[in-house]
Amino acid sequence: MAIFVNENTKVIVQGLTGGQGKFHGLRNRAYGTKVVAGVTPGKGGQDVEGIPVFDGVADAVKATGANASFVAVPPKAAPAAILEAAAAGVGFVVCITEGIPAQDEARVYSTLKRDYPSTRLLGPNCPGIISPGRCNIGITAGEIAHEPTPGGKNVGIVSRSGTLTYQALFELKQQGIGVTTCVGIGGDPVPGTSFVDCLAEFQNDPETSAILMIGEIGGSAEEEAAEFIRANVTKPMSAYIAGVTAPAGKKMGHAGAIVSGGKGTAQGKMDALRAAGVKVGANPTEAGQLMAQIIASLG
Amino acid sequence: MDLFEYQGKQYFAKFGIPVSAGDVAHTVDEAVAIAERVGYPVVVKAQVQVGGRGKAGGIKLANTKDEVQTHATNILGMDIKGHVVRRVWVECASDIEEEYYASFTLDRAAKQHLLMLSAQGGVDIEEVAAKDPTAIVKLHVNPIVGIDVATAKTAAADARIPSKAQAGVADILVKLYECFVKGDCDLAEINPLILKPTGEVHALDAKVSLDGNALFRHPEWEAFRATEELDDRERLAREKDLQYIGLDGSVGIIANGAGLAMSTLDVVNQVGGKAANFLDIGGGANAELMTSALEVINSDTNVKSIFINIFGGITRGEEVAKGIVEALRRVELRAPIVIRLDGTNADQGRSILSEAGIPSSKLMSKPTMLEAARAAVDIANGKVG
Repeated sequence: MAIFVNENTKVIVQGLTGGQGKFHGLRNRAYGTKVVAGVTPGKGGQDVEGIPVFDGVADAVKATGANASFVAVPPKAAPAAILEAAAAGVGFVVCITEGIPAQDEARVYSTLKRDYPSTRLLGPNCPGIISPGRCNIGITAGEIAHEPTPGGKNVGIVSRSGTLTYQALFELKQQGIGVTTCVGIGGDPVPGTSFVDCLAEFQNDPETSAILMIGEIGGSAEEEAAEFIRANVTKPMSAYIAGVTAPAGKKMGHAGAIVSGGKGTAQGKMDALRAAGVKVGANPTEAGQLMAQIIASLG
Repeated sequence: MDLFEYQGKQYFAKFGIPVSAGDVAHTVDEAVAIAERVGYPVVVKAQVQVGGRGKAGGIKLANTKDEVQTHATNILGMDIKGHVVRRVWVECASDIEEEYYASFTLDRAAKQHLLMLSAQGGVDIEEVAAKDPTAIVKLHVNPIVGIDVATAKTAAADARIPSKAQAGVADILVKLYECFVKGDCDLAEINPLILKPTGEVHALDAKVSLDGNALFRHPEWEAFRATEELDDRERLAREKDLQYIGLDGSVGIIANGAGLAMSTLDVVNQVGGKAANFLDIGGGANAELMTSALEVINSDTNVKSIFINIFGGITRGEEVAKGIVEALRRVELRAPIVIRLDGTNADQGRSILSEAGIPSSKLMSKPTMLEAARAAVDIANGKVG
């Protein structure tokens, strides 16, 4: 088991003929992901190292039976690309594009909710998702992820930050702890998939024994997650929140990472998670060590 | 990107939101010329991006040319909470019967737009919210539906805005929403939104924050970028296209990824240091980028040590190491570097660094983030080196 993606996931790459799409799409395939098609308008009929390219997502889905899409196109084109995938019936769309205007993200989110409720969007501006040994969609370096141990105690990871996600994967690998799925939800103001969505899936995934969560300043997603954990998550968790020392009113790189009006502070988020029973580390390494202790205590 | 009041008003005017006749002045003579053109009495307003201008003496009424001269002379160059006044906005004074508050933002939790409207304007809305939450109407607007005049009117009535002002307020709300959406604002706020004795409603102030991601479809924003108040380090970083925020500590920071950069600041703080900056070098930590980043850090005279924190995912350790070695050839640094290099091919990267023959007084490598932070902070605090 794993959440959202597994060995049966068939992926199309929107923008496969572009720099990012080609680089990461081929890496994903090299990892073992079933990358079945690419989509670039006007380039249908070509191929990228044997992967057939189609003009539109609908054609690609019809020809290959793809059930997931990896959107790797520039900010201007990304909103339409996401909606095109949804309209073609793709159930899981991963968008790594950084720099999409917030107004466009809000419109895409509401359009998906209203017109394509069965499509899940991950991102935008996220590193993607990896179910180690099964499927990798996005920019995560597969080799830093430890495959889940059959019959053992494995961890699910959900994170708002790219590099801290890799850091978490790496730390668990150092400790020899397997990962079922690692989801990067992205640092933008309107993410398609939230912490809560992922926590609900991990709670229901029999292969996942514990959950590691990495948040950051800004917004209230971590507080909402804490509420959800208190009421619904019985699996043990550790967490880390970045941005304790971030000054108010300054966006810290991610469009969503800003403390404004005294809200969205790291301290507030850590307090909320601790109150929900989550073990919170002062840095990513400590969160990894706390997770190692949790796994050890599970026997 | 936050706009000055005058820019916000000019932005509002493009969407048909009524604002007072006026213009921006950089000199006393310009201020007088504007006053003569729009007619007395006028208000001379300091253009700074900080609250409390009025209390600091940055907003003055002038009935005559002499008064404009006096006030403009006093206000231009004034220091308001660390912000030097470089421009004043001179506009026709308005008679005010009532003051309201209106704004649109994105409610991230609800993933919808949020209208906030109150009949109690002119003061800090967060104080109103704290004292009497019922005085503020909060209405979610679905981004794919928008807001129409009828809905806006109902909101005005719910906010207990008197009926004589409701039509005027509703009209402005619809226009303000269009400005918020088509104008790609993070925030579009009018405080106060005033009712004049003549029955007209109009925007007496403008607070606009723009979404930098939408710059590609707003070439007109270049003019706003030119007036942004950046310090020298931030200006250099912008030229080099780096994600940089200047802070006031002594440990220069370079990290790859926004989350890791934030985390690096935190860890430096945990071990007793203070970061001089936030700098996310992104995924491609090559020689070019590393050189630019080090140049920006080097321009900060407070920097006593430089902490480079790289976790290689896609970015390979050996490429990062080569980048640093090359950058060190190009830039003469004011402070030593402490590097923590981890992740993909980190071993190769570390051996490249140790084989480059760089003295440890200039570059030292530490295996973990915490140890590297301690070393960098010790140097910055004068404990070693």
